[in-house]
Amino acid sequence: MTDYILGHINYWIIIILMMVGLYTMMSKPNLIKKMAGLSVFQTGVILLYISFGKVTGGTAPIVAEGFDTYSNPLPQVLMLTAIVVGVATTALGFALIVRIQEAYGSIEEDELEKMDDET
Amino acid sequence: MISLVIDIVLLLFLLIMAIFILRVHQLLAVAMLFGLYSLLVAGLFMVLDAPDVAFTEAAVGTGIATVLMLATIACTKVSQEKIQRKVAKTPLFICLVVGGLLMYGTHNIADLGDPEAPPHTQVAKRYIEDGQKDTGVPNLVTAVLASYRGFDTLGEVTVVFTAGIGVLLLLVRPQKIRIKGVKSAR
Repeated sequence: MTDYILGHINYWIIIILMMVGLYTMMSKPNLIKKMAGLSVFQTGVILLYISFGKVTGGTAPIVAEGFDTYSNPLPQVLMLTAIVVGVATTALGFALIVRIQEAYGSIEEDELEKMDDET
Repeated sequence: MISLVIDIVLLLFLLIMAIFILRVHQLLAVAMLFGLYSLLVAGLFMVLDAPDVAFTEAAVGTGIATVLMLATIACTKVSQEKIQRKVAKTPLFICLVVGGLLMYGTHNIADLGDPEAPPHTQVAKRYIEDGQKDTGVPNLVTAVLASYRGFDTLGEVTVVFTAGIGVLLLLVRPQKIRIKGVKSAR
C-alpha cells in the first residue's frame, strides 16, 4: 500500500495542479488570467508525460561510457514539441487579447458578452 | 528515494504557485508568479532526468511566455482583474469530476520510475540501443527529434510559423477595428 502511494503520489499532485489550472481557466472572467490558467494546465500535462518517462536509477538519455540505464527519450521529445507549440498558441492568444482590448475597451468576459448583447 | 522527495517538494511548491495564480488579483503579480512557476517546472524536469526539456522550458516558458504576458499587460493597460466574490460552482464541479476520473485512471499506470513499464520496454528500447549507431548523435533526444521523427519537427515549425504570421496579422493593422455600438471603447 505504501509502495502504491509512493509510486503514484507524483501523478496525483500533477493532476491536482492540472485541475487548478483548468479551474482558473473556466472560472475567471479576465482573459489574461484565463491564459495563465491555460499555461498552468498545459505544463501539468507536460509534467505528467515527462514523469511517465522517468526510470529509477537511470540518467538523462545521453549515451556515454559507464552508463547503461537511460530515461525514456520518447516522451521528452514529444513534450519538447508541445512546449514550443504551446508558447506559439499562447502568443496568438495574447495578440487576440490586445485586439479585443482595442475594439471593446475591456478584457473581462462578462462585460464583453454584455456589450455583444446590446448591439 | 532522495529524488522522489525533491520531486514532491517541488511539486508542492508548484501547487502553491498555481493556487496563488488563481487567487491574486493584480495581473503583474500573476505574470511574476507565472515566471517563477515555469522556473520551478524547469527544475522539476531536471529531477525527472529531462535536461533538454528543462532548458527549453527555462528559455521558452520562463523567458518568452512571461515577457509576452508582461507586454500584453502593458498594451492593454489593465493592471487588475475585476474581483468577484462568489465561487463559480459549475467549473468547480467539472474540475472535481475530471480530476477524480483522471486519478481513477492512474491506478493502472506503473509506479513512477518502474523500469519494467511498457513504455520503456517497447519503442524506447530500440531508440536507446540503436540510436547512436543509426544517427551518430550521442544525445538520444536530439536523435529522435531531428532524425527519427524529423517530420514531427517540421510540423512543429509549420505551427510556429503559422502562429507567427497570425500574431503579425493581428497586431500590425493600419486601421483600428471598433465594434459597432460599443461606446466604452477608448
